[in-house]
Amino acid sequence: MTTPAVILLHPDDNVLVCCRPVKQGEQAAFVGGVVEVRADVALGHKIARVALHPGDQILRYGMPIGSATQPIAAGEWVHLHNMKSNYIDAHTRAQSTEHS
Amino acid sequence: MSMLGFLRPDGRKGIRNVVIVAYLVECAHHVARRIVDLTDDPDVQLVGFPGCYPNDYALRMMQALGTHPNVGGVVLVSLGCEGFKREALAAHIAATGRPVETIVIQQNGGTRSTIKRGREVVETVKAAAKRQAQPTAVEWSDLTIGTICGGSDGMSGITANPAAGRAFDRFVEAGATCIFEETGEMIGCEGPMAVRAPTPEVATALIECVHKAERYYRVMGFGSFAPGNAEGGLTTQEEKSAGAYAKSGTSPILGVIKPAELPPSKGLYLLDVVPDGEPRFGFPNISDNAEIVELIACGCQVILFTTGRGSVVGSAISPVVKICSNSPTYHALSEDMDVNAGRIIEGEASLDDVAGEIVELVRRVADGEATQSEALGHREFILTYKSFEMAGPGCLPRL
Repeated sequence: MTTPAVILLHPDDNVLVCCRPVKQGEQAAFVGGVVEVRADVALGHKIARVALHPGDQILRYGMPIGSATQPIAAGEWVHLHNMKSNYIDAHTRAQSTEHS
Repeated sequence: MSMLGFLRPDGRKGIRNVVIVAYLVECAHHVARRIVDLTDDPDVQLVGFPGCYPNDYALRMMQALGTHPNVGGVVLVSLGCEGFKREALAAHIAATGRPVETIVIQQNGGTRSTIKRGREVVETVKAAAKRQAQPTAVEWSDLTIGTICGGSDGMSGITANPAAGRAFDRFVEAGATCIFEETGEMIGCEGPMAVRAPTPEVATALIECVHKAERYYRVMGFGSFAPGNAEGGLTTQEEKSAGAYAKSGTSPILGVIKPAELPPSKGLYLLDVVPDGEPRFGFPNISDNAEIVELIACGCQVILFTTGRGSVVGSAISPVVKICSNSPTYHALSEDMDVNAGRIIEGEASLDDVAGEIVELVRRVADGEATQSEALGHREFILTYKSFEMAGPGCLPRL
């Protein structure tokens, strides 16, 4: 069987999870729709199922996993650059280099 | 479905017959390590505590580890002047009928002499542990199984963690005891978790320990979230939490236990790994092995370790089963991985298929088969300062 490009984990979700690396311009089909991928995105990362606005709750597994900090177009990569935790900061290697 | 293990004099049943050599301060670490290295027996394993100042948590942990069902005998290596209560530790272990010997470097003529003496003592304890270990049939109800995730990625919560959760459901149904942990990785899941509590008191305890974790991590400045998690597609603590929580399966959560406490019944428990009181000694768990050791101190004879980025660790005392969340990592690190849950996303296996594979592998491991990390010689161990109040009656089920 071929691996699907993306998966919709819950009908309420506004993000899709990449089941394999996806390419910009690819039409990524999932159960319930299709979205044009706006950037090359790696396995396990998220793309927007629909357009999102700053402050929108990001839903995965049908539950909020944070909120958008930027306008996000459908098919765009959703990650640290355009969403944040509703609880507590994440740290990255880039941050630790800047601070040291 | 039979499994063969070892009956201890205190009635507990182990699936390994390990002799631990424990240094009681960093100053005794080298001598203890040399004793273990020169003995060159996979079942003689190094553990220890580096601090010079006494710590109740560290003592309780070492007492629990020294009397673990997988442990048949103990050799304590002391420098001599450190604060660890070595007599209390030795007495606690001896009370369970296990052979235990203490060697003190300052009373044995120094490094070389103590290593030599230590090797002789290890052979004596090994022989005693071997004589004492009665081969015995092990049932699922004799097993305590822990689960942890490390190096999680965006696939972990879809494949490896829910597969481990379904395996947990089957273990609980078969009468085993199961423990999941890392309350810092339950942040955001406290509501759904509380619904699974058998009493309002346990529900409150579940919510409280997650709130405590959130306060603690906030003081530390970061959540339980490593750069590799973000590189693997996870963006926030609560996203990681939702995936991590799936490891617990769907059984009722009977109570909250603290490190080195044994679950008071069969069934599923949450281990609260975040210290009580004001933050004092730094990050709650400085790496995955700190949590693995705490699960083992709660009696776990086997650990299920789910990973996305690809952890390679094992542990002293209890075997670690690696369940990989995605096929690229599984193939890149195939020599370290036991189960490929990535097949779920490729449509080659269902969650239930992989859960069945995990259950069967745990049965074989409990029967003596080595896991990949075990065969590779991984015997990681870390124990640092912490402070805990023991779980109150409200945290435990009414039995």
